[in-house]
Amino acid sequence: MASITLKNIVKKYGDGFPAVKGVSIDIADGEFVILVGPSGCGKSTLLRMIVGLEDITSGDLLIDGQRVNEKAPRDRDLAMVFQNYALYPHLTVGENIAFPLRLTKGKFSDAEIREKVEYAADLLELREHLDRKPANLSGGQRQRVAMGRAIVRDAKAFLFDEPLSNLDAKLRGQMRTEIARLQRRLATTTVYVTHDQTEAMTLGDRVAVLRKGELQQLASPRALYEQPVNLFVAGFIGSPPMNFLPGQVSGSSMELPFGTFELPDRLVEAVGDRELVIVGLRPEHFEDARLVDPTKKDRGRTFDAQIDVTEWLGAELYAYVPFEMHASVAAKLEELDRELDGEGLRTQFVVALDSASRVRDGDTTELWFDPDKMMIFDPETGENLTHDQDEVDRLDRENEEDRRASLERAQAQSEGRTGGRSEGQARQSA
Amino acid sequence: MGSVLSTRARVWWAVITVVVLVGALFPVLSILMTSFKGPSEINSGTFLPPQWSTDNYEQILATGGSAQELFLSALRNSVGISLIATVIAVVLATLAAYAIARLNFPGKRLILTTALGVSIFPVVSIVTPLFNLWRNIGLYDTWPGLIIPYLSLTLPISIWTLAAFFRQIPWELEQAAQVDGATPWQAFRKVIVPLAAPGVFTTALIAFFIAWNDFIYGISLTSTSAARPVPAALAFFTGASYFEEPTGAISAAAVVVTIPVVILVVLFQRQIVSGLTQGAVKG
Repeated sequence: MASITLKNIVKKYGDGFPAVKGVSIDIADGEFVILVGPSGCGKSTLLRMIVGLEDITSGDLLIDGQRVNEKAPRDRDLAMVFQNYALYPHLTVGENIAFPLRLTKGKFSDAEIREKVEYAADLLELREHLDRKPANLSGGQRQRVAMGRAIVRDAKAFLFDEPLSNLDAKLRGQMRTEIARLQRRLATTTVYVTHDQTEAMTLGDRVAVLRKGELQQLASPRALYEQPVNLFVAGFIGSPPMNFLPGQVSGSSMELPFGTFELPDRLVEAVGDRELVIVGLRPEHFEDARLVDPTKKDRGRTFDAQIDVTEWLGAELYAYVPFEMHASVAAKLEELDRELDGEGLRTQFVVALDSASRVRDGDTTELWFDPDKMMIFDPETGENLTHDQDEVDRLDRENEEDRRASLERAQAQSEGRTGGRSEGQARQSA
Repeated sequence: MGSVLSTRARVWWAVITVVVLVGALFPVLSILMTSFKGPSEINSGTFLPPQWSTDNYEQILATGGSAQELFLSALRNSVGISLIATVIAVVLATLAAYAIARLNFPGKRLILTTALGVSIFPVVSIVTPLFNLWRNIGLYDTWPGLIIPYLSLTLPISIWTLAAFFRQIPWELEQAAQVDGATPWQAFRKVIVPLAAPGVFTTALIAFFIAWNDFIYGISLTSTSAARPVPAALAFFTGASYFEEPTGAISAAAVVVTIPVVILVVLFQRQIVSGLTQGAVKG
């Protein structure tokens, strides 16, 4: 178990291309931090620099307070799970898991090695497969073998490089919970790289959103969702993604593509002198006006919308409403769309309605939304003008307390191995 | 597959197969038969020996046979020189191919193109200068004098074949081994070598055949039975008298020399084919 600290890490390739531009992240002992971002943002490069497979151009990498920039991967005592598992095809599952232990010649006796391998196999339900070769296993089993090889060493930290991207959707969901359970039980510092924001939201204690080699925001999933720091983070987190609409402000009223509304004071302050802003509204903050709870109806505003296409998913109903995009913000939003791997086809906003709603394709219907939930973004810089740092701090504090509590619960529940687990518990409450 | 072809197509395929087989194997079988014919029956004109005799074999293998000393020493030379050349070539090629497959170093393309150039260069044009050089530095008619040129024959193809094999092994395996705590040498020994073993074995076979079959170096760089390999030695067989061609003895020698090669190929044909086609298609 160890803390990992990245101080201003920079990575420049031989041709001068900057893959990582000054990233600083503090990872506490036992924390599960996720590095997320679209392809090409530098998250895998960052992970490989932490483990030692890439050189760090400048900056400091500290593990447990010690600078390890020059150390070889094998001296850093980290365990890594690769995207395509990297299992040794000529060894059985048992031998694969035992491989790191056998490298430390003589440190463990054969009996100890077998015991450790069996413990890891039990944790991951691989006991029946110990004598099989990796070629005969399914994707999920291979992934578990790779994780077994990582956990058997009692390493200082686990590093995962997009481990679930090669699995099908259902298996991904199952393995996600396996990883979460495992991490809680072992309380080992974990750094996890993914491009999938669902994994980021569900697995991480804290999430670092990266874009083109720069850290956008490092906060708890809740803080990222409720208080994104800029347009990119707001558009990246949340599924379906946040809607961005052009808003023209005059005084205290805002003209949106579907109507003009009075702005709450807090938002008027945020807008300041600007005449044109980008407004962010999540699909879940809209409702079918007919189905809105009467007690809260007054808090929001209603408007008529021409529905283009609907998608009924059983639990929810997504309705797509096309609108006219303002020319000046069109360029900025198109750029954002491209970065988020979007196709940028037509301008429409999505609303998530109750599945009991009778709204269908082509309907004109009355929708309700709460203007207080709007986020205002500067059209030039993309900065979130309604970002409340105090709220972020509060959410992060809450998150940290929840994390410690659940770790302690998990520690108390697990049948401890002598030494290893009670150490972890002691370290946790320290 | 057979059910898809019409009877006429099948008959044609059978005919073609027989023709090809006969065309390819007839000379070999003919030599095999000739080796069992006695000295007076060599020109009997029949395919099968009228009387099976092992005279020729005795001549080259049994003590007292006129060609025995010549043949056995040549056999010894061939086996020894080819084996040593193969071992050296495979060891060097393994290290070179590993570097070529994994690293990007200045001069990498130069090495590969040089290897290719060396392997297609006509041997006959270097033989004469080499003959002079060897005589001057004392390597003429010695085992090292043949092993060194044989390396020039076997190294290029070995490097290319092994590089293709190593490229097939995903880099992540060594990286995973490094993260697990292995030094680069441990990673090579415990992860790469077991996976590359089939490739190394195949390369060794191919290198051995190339060294074994060489004729030009064998005949130009040797003068006595100290270093003369079998293909060259066959040219020095003499018959019972000045007028008699040693056809029988040569046939027997040819059979003795070919049999091990045939056995090796039949036993390891799958490895050899996969070795030659490795890397041809992205697997």
